Amino acid sequence: MGVCEVLKDGDFVTSTHRGHGHFLAKGGDPKLMMAEIMGRETGYCKGKGGSMHIADISHGIIGANGIVGAGIPIAAGAALQLQMSGKDGVVACFFGDAASNQGTFHEALNLASLWKLPVVFICENNLYGISVRQDRHQNITNIANRAIAYGIPGEVVDGTNVLAVYDAMARATKRARGGDGPSLVECKCYRWLGHHAGDPAHYRPAGELEAWKERCPVKLFGERLIDNGIIDEQQSKQVLESAAAEMLEAQAWAAQQPWPLPEKALEDVYV
Amino acid sequence: MSRELTQAEALREALCEEMRADKQIFIMGEDVGPHGGIFTVTKGMFDEFGGERVRDTPISEAGFVGAALGAAIIGGRPIAELMFGDFAAVAMDQLVNQIAKARYMSGGKVKAPLVVRLTIGARGSTAAQHSQSPHAWFMHTPGLYVAVPSTPADCKGLLKTAIRNDNPVVFCEHKKLYFVKGQVPDGDYMTPFGVADIKRQGKHATVVAISIMVNKALAVADKLAREGIELEVIDPRTLVPMDWETIFKSVRKTGRLVVMDEGCFTGSVAAEIASKVSKECFDYLDAPVERVCATDTPIPFSPPLEEFVIPQEDDLEKAVRSILVGAACA
Ligand SMILES: Cc1ncc(C[n+]2csc(CCOP(=O)(O)OP(=O)(O)O)c2C)c(N)n1
Ligand SMILES: [Mg+2]
Repeated sequence: MGVCEVLKDGDFVTSTHRGHGHFLAKGGDPKLMMAEIMGRETGYCKGKGGSMHIADISHGIIGANGIVGAGIPIAAGAALQLQMSGKDGVVACFFGDAASNQGTFHEALNLASLWKLPVVFICENNLYGISVRQDRHQNITNIANRAIAYGIPGEVVDGTNVLAVYDAMARATKRARGGDGPSLVECKCYRWLGHHAGDPAHYRPAGELEAWKERCPVKLFGERLIDNGIIDEQQSKQVLESAAAEMLEAQAWAAQQPWPLPEKALEDVYV
Repeated sequence: MSRELTQAEALREALCEEMRADKQIFIMGEDVGPHGGIFTVTKGMFDEFGGERVRDTPISEAGFVGAALGAAIIGGRPIAELMFGDFAAVAMDQLVNQIAKARYMSGGKVKAPLVVRLTIGARGSTAAQHSQSPHAWFMHTPGLYVAVPSTPADCKGLLKTAIRNDNPVVFCEHKKLYFVKGQVPDGDYMTPFGVADIKRQGKHATVVAISIMVNKALAVADKLAREGIELEVIDPRTLVPMDWETIFKSVRKTGRLVVMDEGCFTGSVAAEIASKVSKECFDYLDAPVERVCATDTPIPFSPPLEEFVIPQEDDLEKAVRSILVGAACA
């Protein structure tokens, strides 16, 4: 949310296998998203993409991705196209801590820094790639430090503080729009659930999840708004309830949608 | 004597037995360590063999598949696990330009005794990047052996052969079969490469089926047998080397062939089999060779679309009936 709030029409995002949040934050329609997740004909990709492949170019959402790290060069390429066509758009490129170990991460950062592309690389460091904790998949703590190798700014932010994310993104976006090239923003955060439905996540040390739940970004932001007198308890509750209701409604709507006709599988392979 | 094991258990037995016998063998891949692999194949192995030999890798497929080659060239016997065969594409340079060619380019001086285990097939709405059956990519790359087991017993026996073989082997495990049980012989046995298994004898048509398609072919054979149509079902078990003689012999007997494979139609393993049989059995064929494959599309997410794309029993039945029109049994 902190990232996409900075973006405007004409900006783009590339996403990951964990892309539903990016999608909604960039303005995707929850109904069409739920229909896609349920494989229905009226979903964003006619049921062909599904949960891991939702895309909506009209909202600047280039696509979620089932291949870890694959979105990173694609983001650089979109930024290249924006640059070459003289547009002032930027691309926000989401990926995880574990994705930063793919060659694509390093190749794309090099390309983007070399060509001063208008892209902001957003690493959601939730401490794990499936079962493997960060200290077992890389020899560093701050992925933002990898920016040094490419001569670009790298910044660590508290990913549970939406305003901190917003500020860092605003700085990086300004730089990108100004023609000064990419930045790497690492957001420290946590995955509350297992990697997928049915993953009991036994690999987490006791107490870790609870500690991070204390730092729920939604809760913290709500408290902050209340403390500063911007909204009151009642309004905070309403916002949360209406968001939940919107998603439930989207889900119910999607469940009523028709399945695609089987033969439709043959369409859309080529233009 | 034998016991009933799942495919995952049978594979684990092969890995454990081989690793106990040869200290040079180690396995690496994503989440294979304490987590035991997302399909549970390496469950418990971290405790027995330790993190050096049951090694979690970062998400760096090009990196660890390439590392397997480096280790193999100087005496190691690595096994690399690709969680989804689709991710082989990320490591394709190492597989195709490096691993497959290491021996040839060295004029036969280098050996690359490694196994790349990977998963194939659609398992139910995992969509286009987690459902492919890419074994044809590897069959099309000289220098790689390719195994496509369909039963727990063959999984164990072929994996042991793969591990002991001095050539690089791409070992293709179907995701839908991991928790399917079958009888597995006791003790240390090896299933040879290049020896097909005739799963069922028949005289009216031959069906060569690959990996999970063997089960579908056997179900269709059962059904048609009730009408007096007798299918001969052959599981080649390895694509490279391929047991051509068994296939040719069967087709010369039945005069008809259907090849069933989950890979997509064009440029497929099935196409290769159809082509070879058309030449070698030309004088014996009573009908054109049929292919029952996935459609030439990416694998879609939505269940009715996926079901349409993936070859089903009905598709095979139709193909068999189409080549039996006018035949004595029909
Ligand atoms: C190339 C590739 N390798 C492996 C996977 C399997 N996989 C899916 S998500 C994931 C972990 C990704 O971790 P991270 O990048 O930190 O993102 P997170 O899931 O934590 O959001 C893995 C290994 C994949 N989808 N693609
Ligand atoms: Mg992560």
